[in-house]
Amino acid sequence: MVHIKRLQEVGADIIAVVGEIDASSSIELDLAIAKSVGEGYKKILVDCQALEYISSAGLGVFMSYIEELRDKNISFVLFGMKERVLNTFSILGLADLLNIRENKQEAKKLADELSV
Amino acid sequence: MSYQYNTGCSLNNLKGVREFIRRSLDGQEVSDLELGAIVLALDEMCSNLMIHAHHCNPDHFIALNIHIPVKGQFIFEIIDDGSMFDINQFQEPKLDNLVHEKRKGGLGIRLVKSIMDKIEYLHEGGKNVCRLTKTI
Repeated sequence: MVHIKRLQEVGADIIAVVGEIDASSSIELDLAIAKSVGEGYKKILVDCQALEYISSAGLGVFMSYIEELRDKNISFVLFGMKERVLNTFSILGLADLLNIRENKQEAKKLADELSV
Repeated sequence: MSYQYNTGCSLNNLKGVREFIRRSLDGQEVSDLELGAIVLALDEMCSNLMIHAHHCNPDHFIALNIHIPVKGQFIFEIIDDGSMFDINQFQEPKLDNLVHEKRKGGLGIRLVKSIMDKIEYLHEGGKNVCRLTKTI
């Protein structure tokens, strides 16, 4: 079960993911990112502070946007992951393909730098 | 020690599968990261089976057995009577290809193979048994 909230802060769209993302709920993450990209945001931050679990279905969603985000020059940064969630990204080597930061402040800083 | 859990093949039941594993391994001196990885691997195996062998039919059932013969040694068995879905037969896709093709699937198999020590398939009593072993 996952709850996804979106809020906007100084030009960035923040997608807050609360709960667990598995094969039954990854579609909700997909829809939230698609909406954010579709609305034209150039800085998208994913708040993972309350993300308790992610399976390959959720990882696959992030992977599937990498090229589109690059093509559209969208800064996309995830932040606030718990160690066990980050470990799932690391096992597959995805931590190197995605921008991941410890907290919101660092994520915003990186998004600003990437969008210059 | 042995534990068993039966569940219908609805993806909504994956949460129950994860909770069963966490409960069963509670007190086994498994670190949070190792427990997280085991839960993840079994979630991947069960969801693969539910999707590919049972088409998410909630009236089809799978059983998950956990055996802990000695401390630190874990044997997980997923038992069903659908068509065999042997992940050893699947080539893991390269990450670059997944990104380029914008594919959302294919990562689960790589995860399971990275986390578990051994993945075997058996046919016992008319049922498929996928046995995963992990020593910590």
